[in-house]
Amino acid sequence: MPGMQQGLVISHNQVNRDMFELEFIAPEIAEECQPGQFIHIKPGLRDQPLLRRPLSIYDVDKRLGSVTLLYKVVGTGTRLLTSVRTKEYVDVMGPLGRGFKLPDQPERILLVGGGVGIAPLVYLARVLEEQGCDITVLHGTESRRQLVAFEKLRQIGTDFFPATMDGTAGYKGLVTELLLKKIEPKKLDRIYTCGPEPMMAVVAEFAANHNIEAEVSLEEYMACGVGACLGCARKLKTNDTQYVKVCKDGPVFNIKEVELYK
Amino acid sequence: MKKEMEISREIDISTDLGGIKLNNPVCAASGTFGYGREYEPYVDISKIGAVIVKGTTLEPRAGNPPPRIIETASGMLNAIGLENPGINEFLNTHLPYLRENNVTVIANIAGNTIEEYAAIAEMIEGNPGVAGIELNISCPNVKQGGLQFGTDPQMVYEVVKAVKEKTTLPVMPKLSPNVTDIVEIARASEAGGADALSMINTLMGMAVDINTRKPFLANIFGGLSGPAIKPVALRMIYQVYREVKLPILGGGGIVNYRDALEFLMVGATAISVGTGIFINPQLTEEIVSNLLHYMQENNVASLSELVGAAHQA
Repeated sequence: MPGMQQGLVISHNQVNRDMFELEFIAPEIAEECQPGQFIHIKPGLRDQPLLRRPLSIYDVDKRLGSVTLLYKVVGTGTRLLTSVRTKEYVDVMGPLGRGFKLPDQPERILLVGGGVGIAPLVYLARVLEEQGCDITVLHGTESRRQLVAFEKLRQIGTDFFPATMDGTAGYKGLVTELLLKKIEPKKLDRIYTCGPEPMMAVVAEFAANHNIEAEVSLEEYMACGVGACLGCARKLKTNDTQYVKVCKDGPVFNIKEVELYK
Repeated sequence: MKKEMEISREIDISTDLGGIKLNNPVCAASGTFGYGREYEPYVDISKIGAVIVKGTTLEPRAGNPPPRIIETASGMLNAIGLENPGINEFLNTHLPYLRENNVTVIANIAGNTIEEYAAIAEMIEGNPGVAGIELNISCPNVKQGGLQFGTDPQMVYEVVKAVKEKTTLPVMPKLSPNVTDIVEIARASEAGGADALSMINTLMGMAVDINTRKPFLANIFGGLSGPAIKPVALRMIYQVYREVKLPILGGGGIVNYRDALEFLMVGATAISVGTGIFINPQLTEEIVSNLLHYMQENNVASLSELVGAAHQA
């Protein structure tokens, strides 16, 4: 069951110009975390900003009872969050949402991340690796400075291939170009992706063309995070009469079900 | 924990909201607490004063297209569009769950016509486990060119009267603040036979996405809630308390017990928390516990000493 806790911050590092890695101790939450789920965190103690922010679970250390979040500063909430220091507490709820569906047996897996969308794929890679999967990761960013998960993914034991727009690391250009050029679909059993929607739309087409199982992790503005306020609605291709809620029915969906914004 | 129990034995915070008996005055506002289930991991839902369930219509509704919500300064806008599974699903699926969990339930109902409100009230009648009915009158009346029920005193009078004729339960319209004279609407509710008033619903507002240069919400307009609207809610309850004798369920931006006290002092018999629950799912029980401490420290023996206190010269 998800819970609400004050998480003791044990590390909080700026990893590039606008991205931060926040690790806190919250054993009950850590124990429950599944890849693809999220933590609903309250930046600051006051009314401005008012709401919690949903952040992807980047990594989990169940022995230590810690959860790590990777976030990008995009507005007042995340900017305020950057001021939290080690030994202070963060108000966290979670883990929330429906995470990635894991394979029943070891498979050949492709992870495609765009920008900060790499976050949920890192903890996913850790769990898949423990299951004996063979994992390839493609990560697309503006520049090499945003390839923040490189160390973790290498330690986990994935085959890591970056794509940068400025060519400062790996393939020069879009990660989707790298996908189409480099990846042999016949050698894949399953794909997981998270990032900008136009990127995920290309992944969806690739998966559909080659008949590969794939899942996406979506992002929407949220208020409650638990399916009560019905704010984070999204229409699925498979359901014409009802909206799903990204917080509760997702954030992970089968890629075939989702109409991605191109 | 032991201390809290001792206090609660000395101080009585049970209350009566126009015939709706509440063990404590802190309720969860409609649309912010689903049908109770969603918050079960975080709070003992049976201990909430009352859970006012998601607004329910005769037929299921899909709601508005996204985006449906956006945060604004000390508040948020929502345009959910009354997404709900319809009254039958509520009675068959959600009400039994709430009953089994001993939750005090206030049903919130909405309709396109006066007949629809009456029909829903009639369907609820006789189902055990509903303590009262809150009327969402911030809906467009399709027979009156889409004019909102809640903005016209005559329509308010008629819808309250029609529902009262079909139910034995206490009826409490939820007043819209988007009117010129809130007292006039409160009087119309009283004349129609309302047992209590719920105040206030959200304030209509909007936000623009400066990148796309378009309204942020797909519905263009949305209802503003959260601490931003608290002063407006307090002012309206203060005005109505002076002119209308009905008990008031007061809410609008309550995020702590000090806010709750302000609402009691302007004249609310009980209070509702809504947007505050999104930030803190345990807000209802936290307010109850802090209210008890406040009352003990200030030698307040009963809630009635606080209700309307701000009106005394």
